[in-house]
Amino acid sequence: MIQVENLSKVFRGGEEVTALRHINLKVEPGDIYGIIGKSGAGKSTLLRCISLLETPTEGRILVEGADISRLRGRELIEMRKKVGVIFQGYNLLMQRTVRDNVAFPLELARMPKARRWARVEELLEVVGLSDKARAYPSQLSGGQKQRVAIARALANHPSILLCDEPTSALDSFTTRSILELLTDINRKMGVTVIIITHEISVVKAICNKVAVINEGSFIEQGNTREVFAHPASEITRLLLGETGGSIQ
Amino acid sequence: MIETLMTNQTMLLEGLGETLYMTFFSALFAYVLGLPLGILLVVTDKKGLRPMPVLNAVLGWVINIGRSIPFIILMVAIIPFTRAIVGKAIGPTAAIVPLVVAAAPFVARMVETSLKEIDPGVVEAARTMGATHWQIIYKVLLPESIPSLVRGGSITTITLIGYSAMAGAVGGRGLGDIAIRYGYHRYQYDMMIITIVLLVILVQVIQSLFSLTAKLIDKRGR
Repeated sequence: MIQVENLSKVFRGGEEVTALRHINLKVEPGDIYGIIGKSGAGKSTLLRCISLLETPTEGRILVEGADISRLRGRELIEMRKKVGVIFQGYNLLMQRTVRDNVAFPLELARMPKARRWARVEELLEVVGLSDKARAYPSQLSGGQKQRVAIARALANHPSILLCDEPTSALDSFTTRSILELLTDINRKMGVTVIIITHEISVVKAICNKVAVINEGSFIEQGNTREVFAHPASEITRLLLGETGGSIQ
Repeated sequence: MIETLMTNQTMLLEGLGETLYMTFFSALFAYVLGLPLGILLVVTDKKGLRPMPVLNAVLGWVINIGRSIPFIILMVAIIPFTRAIVGKAIGPTAAIVPLVVAAAPFVARMVETSLKEIDPGVVEAARTMGATHWQIIYKVLLPESIPSLVRGGSITTITLIGYSAMAGAVGGRGLGDIAIRYGYHRYQYDMMIITIVLLVILVQVIQSLFSLTAKLIDKRGR
């Protein structure tokens, strides 16, 4: 379980910018939690805090009851390995083959070679790219690149997978297949998934819970069905209205 | 001209050998010094892995000073230093010292540019996977920028060929020395042309080799 308590983030240096104010979030094991908002709403900052790239100005991030938001040095490095992250831009190593990309986090964790390759094979099977093991990222389509990124993020058996706009660069058909893969991973491997997105269709398709973020605050959160059936805020209605609520 | 070429064959080959010797070793040592400096510039940058504004500014300043001194003046100015290191101030080996001093800051900037070409998102992804700064340097920054570093290597090497020709003017030997002594001081224009043609061929060959290598090892866009 992951719990965000009263999280705020203020960027100083020149003009002071409050990116997040008093965020509270409770993600239960097995959830696919959507965090939706317009660009500039604070989504990415929240993700950067949860993925331990930023230290919050205030508040805590609890994983299994322990605060992980203020770890330093070795402990911070070890904790980052337990949280998988995927990005809109895939962020693959362009000079490494697919299998070497997936092996990268295992290399960082100093897993012995024999076990490493067995694990890579396993992961490529999960994402359906066993036949591309020796290809380079530049030879893959966007959807395939995201699959490699997913395999890489899962390498060290994380209990949480954070997804930063995972399908925003993909066409609708590919988006669906990536979302199906994420659902599969959630169900079969028991990985809790948090998806940051500006696409309401993504939330509707796979998230059981949702939080709507605007100007750094959560303005609504709860079960997706309830929130979307009875939107309490203007922003949520706007997000729903923009796509006509027709995409499944 | 053919006759001149034939009679001076041995000397020209020797000059070519000396030019290659000076270029190769000065490039090698320039990278030994410049590569870590370039990495340090990137790491201590305000957007780097470990921002250190003061160190970064001082380093940048020293590098700029190194780059702003004309080579011919630098070469003469550091003669005592050269003598302290190799025991003499004349000859190809002595010329390597000022060549390295001139090229190392140049290399540092080239390396800096190459490393900064890497998508910051890739570095960020490595950080989320728990990579240490050291791991990011040798598993992400360097391998990902190798094609660019190789292309930079061609520019460094060719610049050093030019500098080594200048070193010839003050006893560094090599092709530049032949061009000046025979072509300029003795008005043997055919000798000058021959050495220039040799230098042109040398530069073309080196450029092609580096470009081909960069293309072969670059896994993007194929």
